[in-house]
Amino acid sequence: MSAGDIFFQQLINGLTIGMIYALIALGYTMVYGVARLINFAHGEVFMVGAYLGLLFFLFASDLISGAGKLFFFVPIVFIFAMLGTSAIGFIIERFAYRPLREAPRLAPLITAIGISFLLQNLIMFIFGPTDKHFPHLMVVRKFSLGTVTLTNLQIFIALVAVILMVVLHIFIRNTRTGKAMRALADDLQAARLMGINVDRLISIAFIIGSALAGAGGVMFGMYYGTINFHDGYLAGLKAFTAAVLGGIGNIPGAMIGGLLIGILEALGAGYWSSEWKNVFAFFVLILILLFRPSGLLGSRIVKKV
Amino acid sequence: MKAKTSLSEFPILTLQEVTKRFGGVGALEQVSFTVDHGKIVGLIGPNGAGKTTLFNCITGLSAPDSGFIYFGDSQASLAHLYPYQVTVNGIARTFQTIRLFKNMTALENIMVGAHSKARAGLWGALFRPEWVKLEQKKLRDHAHQLLAFFGLSSRANELAGNLSYGHQRKLEIARALASDPKLLLLDEPAAGMNPKEKEELLDLIRAIRERGVTILLIEHDMKVVMLVSEHVIVLDYGKKIAEGSPKKIQNDPRVIEAYLGKDFKK
Amino acid sequence: MKFKQAVLNKLVPFLFTVVIFIFPLVDRNPYHIDVMVSAGIFVLLALGLNVIVGNAGILNLGYAAFFAVGAYTYALVNLHWHIPFWIGLWISALTGTIFGMLLAFPALRLGGDYLAIVTLGAGEIVRIALNNLDTITGGPNGLLGIDHPSLLIPKYQFGVKSEPYYFLVLFLILGFIFVLRRLESSRLGLAWNALREDELAASCMGINTAWAKLSAFAVGGFIAGVAGCVFAGKQGTISPDSFDFVVSVMVLAMVVLGGLGSIRGVILGALILSLLPEFLRRFEIYRMFLFGLAMILMMLFRPQGILGEVHHREEFKKRNKSR
Repeated sequence: MSAGDIFFQQLINGLTIGMIYALIALGYTMVYGVARLINFAHGEVFMVGAYLGLLFFLFASDLISGAGKLFFFVPIVFIFAMLGTSAIGFIIERFAYRPLREAPRLAPLITAIGISFLLQNLIMFIFGPTDKHFPHLMVVRKFSLGTVTLTNLQIFIALVAVILMVVLHIFIRNTRTGKAMRALADDLQAARLMGINVDRLISIAFIIGSALAGAGGVMFGMYYGTINFHDGYLAGLKAFTAAVLGGIGNIPGAMIGGLLIGILEALGAGYWSSEWKNVFAFFVLILILLFRPSGLLGSRIVKKV
Repeated sequence: MKAKTSLSEFPILTLQEVTKRFGGVGALEQVSFTVDHGKIVGLIGPNGAGKTTLFNCITGLSAPDSGFIYFGDSQASLAHLYPYQVTVNGIARTFQTIRLFKNMTALENIMVGAHSKARAGLWGALFRPEWVKLEQKKLRDHAHQLLAFFGLSSRANELAGNLSYGHQRKLEIARALASDPKLLLLDEPAAGMNPKEKEELLDLIRAIRERGVTILLIEHDMKVVMLVSEHVIVLDYGKKIAEGSPKKIQNDPRVIEAYLGKDFKK
Repeated sequence: MKFKQAVLNKLVPFLFTVVIFIFPLVDRNPYHIDVMVSAGIFVLLALGLNVIVGNAGILNLGYAAFFAVGAYTYALVNLHWHIPFWIGLWISALTGTIFGMLLAFPALRLGGDYLAIVTLGAGEIVRIALNNLDTITGGPNGLLGIDHPSLLIPKYQFGVKSEPYYFLVLFLILGFIFVLRRLESSRLGLAWNALREDELAASCMGINTAWAKLSAFAVGGFIAGVAGCVFAGKQGTISPDSFDFVVSVMVLAMVVLGGLGSIRGVILGALILSLLPEFLRRFEIYRMFLFGLAMILMMLFRPQGILGEVHHREEFKKRNKSR
């Protein structure tokens, strides 16, 4: 393949994985917007989502016969995983983070690491430390566009991700809750003074963010075919970079940031080596923090200390 | 232009057309005024008028979008300095919500306040040469003096977070004075105090002024402001709407109107 | 009562120190002593991280990278230029310091959260770099054949026996305790504490917060550099595995457990967390899980750690009658 071909192929691959990163990034950005907290454990929620999807599939596989029926199960797998992760997100916020509202800044960060370890090892105990096979949940068909290949799986992932993001966008734009969340992200003090119930909004942010991460987890599993308890850490880091890239607290920013990180990563892997792929996100992160901490689309939250 | 020879005629603080907007909302609009040396000046206005924002601009926590802030006879505007540089210049402040260092003792809080007056660094800390020991002793003595001035001597070694509310307010002022400022900004020092404590506060403010410190204070309690201020500046919606003696302000129709229908505490 | 407490305050650490000193003479089991040496190195790390996290209040999630810099520095200067251990100590300390200060730079202007992320990122970048820059660092296999320390007077070559390392580490710890206590009560130490308590207010008190952060990272880096050199000198071989994220978190947990900012506390925390796994061998596989759980519970119920101090929150509504 010529360099140009690699470019387009990796662009497509990058967009796909970028969609997943975007979904996870939304969780980071929403929570930071309303609670000014970086939920380090968010990546693990994503990972749990993938495993929940796998779990459901394992249980329900007896009921599935034939490719056609398999496809109908897909929405249910998603819903199951998303319900599970939103429940986990809610519990984490309610019982581990909320009591620390008044505590020094270090406390919730340490708690988050603790939760991260907890979830990772829990999954490791239950499912084992080795990679687990995740079904594609559909018969993968390839399409050729010139020298570039596109699969129906990629289209599916992109479609579902876009739908979820559009729904979120409508929610944030048009509902009272959504508007309140935006107000909180803009100016915490003022929003509080206006009588907005911050606790409730934080819970909602966690629930929605975790649900999206759960969806991302299922997609991740479908796309790569294997999952591992360590995936959350890596994906979480990249998604967080994406959130910061787009502007922390900025929801469209998280979407765009996710896509960008996905594309950059894919291009890097295509032209370079996949070894350094994972450090790449860190480099980008540090660069952003150095030169444009408020991100591409701007973040009202990041100010001079 | 009259030559400024007498120090007391030279304004210690000059604000020129200071403007600060937060996302399209004007927190401060072209605010201009001067504060004369050795005076006690009150800054009042309904909630949200921009008073604390003004303090933040003066002390470097917020950078104004335009305008100048001159301190003393300096030609340079304070507008884009870091907070610590503003303090080094001789301006100190307290905060609307008390921001003491809760897990440090009262004495330590004051010693931190005097940070800019000392010079010992990493080397000095490690090797403790004579001059460092002397410096520490001087700072400690100075801190004890301040504690005594505020009647907090017995609380020197208590954690600031364990002090009573009234004591915390006093400690915060003491901490601000530790840097020997020429200008002291007090942000609602009387908030949450009972009448007796407010009386004490008024005496304290006057005593501080006697030591040569100019005071600019934000206060909601009208009685406090009117009793202690020699000059009052009124803000509303980020604009200066009036200034003058307390008596004049009390009878100013614009001021009265600004407060009617808003949070007016008498 | 106060007298009794004061006596206890001085007596307990004194007795403790005596016990530590005579330990290897009493318990001659080489494995035990080796475990204690490892624990000692963790104590050094905890003391160093305590400056950054405990005193200055800046979360550092990549301290293992500092440790690695120290270890690999000595390894490399020793293997390439035969630099002896005692000089290597200073070189490692220097590179540790520089690395620390470099790390503080990017996020000087941003909130603590971002600095934490940067430190996490740095830790990972260092680890991956160590793994992949084979020609320099030996890759996943690491570096071998590093010289053990040796003394000129009396002529003595450190070997594989743990006893000499035990005392080396012990003296280093005592030395650093002395230095850190001086720092703690100095103008810089107070500035760090103020930074931890309330960065905004600290800056308004005339503290150059950027310098305060830099110096905290510098001191933390210095100590980690020393620890790294000792580690390399003792092990003789080092590989990236010893410097991963888990190590960073472990040291952090030691500091948090013992009490942020408390020198005695973090020593205690370090000893507990490095020795406990020895006693709970059969729970080995649950170690990380319990670890995570412990951190969560710790923050919920005793965030100040075992020996840390905390102010009792005063309700602003309730007025204190006694003045």
